[in-house]
Amino acid sequence: MERKIRVLVAKPGLDGHDRGAKIVARALRDAGMEVIYTGLHQTAEMIVETAIQEDVDVIGLSLLSGAHMTLFKDVADLLKEKNMDDILVVGGGIIPEEDVSKLKRVGIAGVFGPGTHTDVIVDFIRKNVKK
Amino acid sequence: MGKKYYKKTIESFPERKQEFKTLSEIEIKNIYTPNDVSNIDYIRDIGFPGVYPFLRGIHSTMYRGRLWTMRQFSGFGSAEETNQRYKYLLNHGETGLSVAFDYPTLYGYDTDHPLARGEFGKCGVAVSSLEDMAILFKDIPIDKITTSMTINGPAAIIWAMYIANAENRNIRKNTIGGTIQNDILKEYIAQKSFIFPPEPSMRLIIDTFEYGYKYVPRWNTISISGYHIREAGSTAVQELAFTLGDGIEYVKWAMKRGLKIDDFAPRLSFFFNAHNNFFEEIAKYRAARRIWAKELKKLGAKKSRSLLMRFHTQTAGCSLTAQQPEINIVRVTLQALEAVLGGTQSLHTNSMDEALALPSEKAVRIALRTQQIIAEESGVTDTVDPLGGSYYIEWLTNKMEEETYRYFDKVERLGGVIPAIEKGFFQREIAESAYRYQREVDENKRTIVGVNKYKIDEDLSIPILKMDEKGEERQINRLKKLRKERDQSKVDKNLSKLRRAAKGNENLMPYIIDCVHSYATLGETCDILREVFGEYKEPTIY
Repeated sequence: MERKIRVLVAKPGLDGHDRGAKIVARALRDAGMEVIYTGLHQTAEMIVETAIQEDVDVIGLSLLSGAHMTLFKDVADLLKEKNMDDILVVGGGIIPEEDVSKLKRVGIAGVFGPGTHTDVIVDFIRKNVKK
Repeated sequence: MGKKYYKKTIESFPERKQEFKTLSEIEIKNIYTPNDVSNIDYIRDIGFPGVYPFLRGIHSTMYRGRLWTMRQFSGFGSAEETNQRYKYLLNHGETGLSVAFDYPTLYGYDTDHPLARGEFGKCGVAVSSLEDMAILFKDIPIDKITTSMTINGPAAIIWAMYIANAENRNIRKNTIGGTIQNDILKEYIAQKSFIFPPEPSMRLIIDTFEYGYKYVPRWNTISISGYHIREAGSTAVQELAFTLGDGIEYVKWAMKRGLKIDDFAPRLSFFFNAHNNFFEEIAKYRAARRIWAKELKKLGAKKSRSLLMRFHTQTAGCSLTAQQPEINIVRVTLQALEAVLGGTQSLHTNSMDEALALPSEKAVRIALRTQQIIAEESGVTDTVDPLGGSYYIEWLTNKMEEETYRYFDKVERLGGVIPAIEKGFFQREIAESAYRYQREVDENKRTIVGVNKYKIDEDLSIPILKMDEKGEERQINRLKKLRKERDQSKVDKNLSKLRRAAKGNENLMPYIIDCVHSYATLGETCDILREVFGEYKEPTIY
């Protein structure tokens, strides 16, 4: 049997808005993936550490505070540093259009804003996961 | 006769849907008649505005006497920038201020704390010391205008800074007016900006109640909030029930401390969401007033001021769409109208661009103009509670009340509000509702215009609010300079007095005010309390 896609849904920084993260976590689980949710207030180090421990294929970052340019990049940078950039990183939140392309350049493969159908996220992960 | 005719009609012309429901899953009939409200006794259950049970409003004249306060929640970047935005809003007819703090401030960290990385000024303004507070309100007449501050975990400290700033400006603290949110229960339930565990958090809150009615009597020392519960995904009924449940919990804790209910209850205030289902929201506000009046009476309140529920409303941020952002103006208009028809005391209208970023000046101005049109052009303010007596509205108001009491019973069976939080009851209820809502949208069972229907290809780029890039650096330098130049021995002495008091059971407000007056920072003061009280870790539920 094929191994299920393993996803870490993570909340970096101090932001407490967890509605989106929880919904995505559940939607991915309903789509047959194995989902680990970090809970709130994670540093980049904690997120990457959990990703190693849980041997995940994907990290999904959720942030609505506006600090995505710093905190998403921190996670992507740390993964590169540890030669773990085969992990697919996606993100979502209140992210203006002009930041989306910048995030993609630093290694956030997919960025999903408000109004995204959960199937779009599921499909993106299935198509882009490296395993 | 009506029923027979209706049945015959739908045989030949079926309705658009099998069932019609509110956002709280309350089933709606095709029509309401006197039969649906036959159990209502007008004087007992509806009555007159300004009179128990306050269903129709808290004042006899409502908006004929005085309009609601137009209070736009705002804050970003440095204290200097936000001060400019406040002046801009006041110049455009805003009548009250409302401060949004950034995440480090909400968690009681100074701007130079490692966990503040990337967050400076992002979703609010950074206030790390009395010096920042002074800049934030520079040239603003805080003796005349009221200020609401959305701050919870460190509310006592931020309030102390506001009081200290007033004192430094020779404004007497018994004349200043405003609100601190200070509602920790909904932080555990929904918004998640908590610091300390429940017990010491409740103690701090009751300290502010007591200090408030004694020395700052025009201040609302709490704003018991359903807004964030709703934004986290609850239904209208859950918002109503959980918020009122929290309110009753605060009253019980204050009474347990020995405070007299009629001393502190008049300064309790509330904060609700205005979401998409028009009539359900209006029924929610009306029911809230009646339930609160009944419950406070049961708890022994005698003064009329103690029984009446005053509340602020904000339109639903979570209902805004990133797609076709201009149409959010229409959503916000409808939601603002709900709040006004529901009898709100103050109102924030969201800006059209907020699903994408912090609002631009133009977007905020349009949001404020929306309120001004409702207030001064539409005529809806000319009579009190214009929907009162509508068969549907009164039936729905009763229904919301009934469902609220059902939740009260459930929470009671779990051992009360705090045990229910610790068991994850509210969190699970909200997550379920949020997921159900999302599924309905994804499966096109619930229409969101522009998202799952009437879509267009569009470029989502909007003019983005530019922040001063030097703001963070300036703030950090200011903090460094402050720490170097202040009288350190005075700071140390005040902080250790606070530590000692926190270990005992005195009211902490005077100690906190001394700390901030001597320019102890938010982070330093909060660290003392973290050390004594510990930090809260939440159960993770999804």
